[in-house]
Amino acid sequence: MWAFIHKLGSPKWFYGISARLSPWFWAAAALLIVVGSVWGLAFAPADYQQGNSFRIIYVHVPAAFLAQSIFVSMAIAGFVFMVWKIKVADMAAAMMAPLGAAMTFVALFSGAVWGVPTWGTWWMWDARLTSMLILLFLYFGVIALRGAFSSRDSASRAASVLAMVGVINIPIIKYSVDWWYTLHQPATFSVTSRPAMPVEMWVPLLIMVLGFYCFFIAVTLMRTRSEILRRESNKRWVRELAGEVT
Amino acid sequence: MAFESLSAFLAMGGHGPYVWAAYGATAALLLGVTLHARAERRALLRDLRRRARREQRRGASTPDSHQEGHARES
Repeated sequence: MWAFIHKLGSPKWFYGISARLSPWFWAAAALLIVVGSVWGLAFAPADYQQGNSFRIIYVHVPAAFLAQSIFVSMAIAGFVFMVWKIKVADMAAAMMAPLGAAMTFVALFSGAVWGVPTWGTWWMWDARLTSMLILLFLYFGVIALRGAFSSRDSASRAASVLAMVGVINIPIIKYSVDWWYTLHQPATFSVTSRPAMPVEMWVPLLIMVLGFYCFFIAVTLMRTRSEILRRESNKRWVRELAGEVT
Repeated sequence: MAFESLSAFLAMGGHGPYVWAAYGATAALLLGVTLHARAERRALLRDLRRRARREQRRGASTPDSHQEGHARES
């Protein structure tokens, strides 16, 4: 187990293994997202109350899931970096932040657009909406903090700490719909009970969620590989790699 | 199919603008992220190659050169 973790922590080993894994995640992401979108847009039945605006769920929910999962992943990576000094974890965390911010934006935007026909407003200071907005600012904070230090090690440590502290917002987002039930509807999916939706509605949603997760993994692998090249550009194996590609 | 015609599909029962705005923004962002990641990787590889060539030219005889790989490390 320890040997495995240390191997995983070696940028060179990570660079190799991720090259083999990433095409599968790209392919799975593309396939799942295309199938899920077509299914959700054209084949799933319209909601009896919301009509066709409900189809926004197929981009809104996966984006919101990802927005939160990416923050948790970033906090875990920050923890791994702080405790075991594994540099790859920090590189991955640095690459996750902009994607997380983008996903939070997608969740907020699609939610706002969905709110107009459904709630009659695109924004309200509802607990769920507000805590998601805070998540967006936390992502901005992590990104800005990383850019604010001239020493990379200080920047990495500061960003890791902010991610670990900021992760407290995640359970707040999750339970906001139960604690302060003002506008946003409660969760569609839960681990313990059956979805409150017919099968032909939630299967495409599940496909989209999986597709978004594959997309996250694919992008993170690819960008972490780029970050390895950037940070390790003076290492012998990177120079040899560059020589080979010529 | 939940729709009878293409125009009904595009209209989304009057919710067309909302549905298409949400999907359009999502698609644009996913595509943008993908293209950015690809451009970033290509630019880095290009820089590394350029640097490797420059070093090769500058000192073909130094132990640092790539021409003979690891064999020269002694």
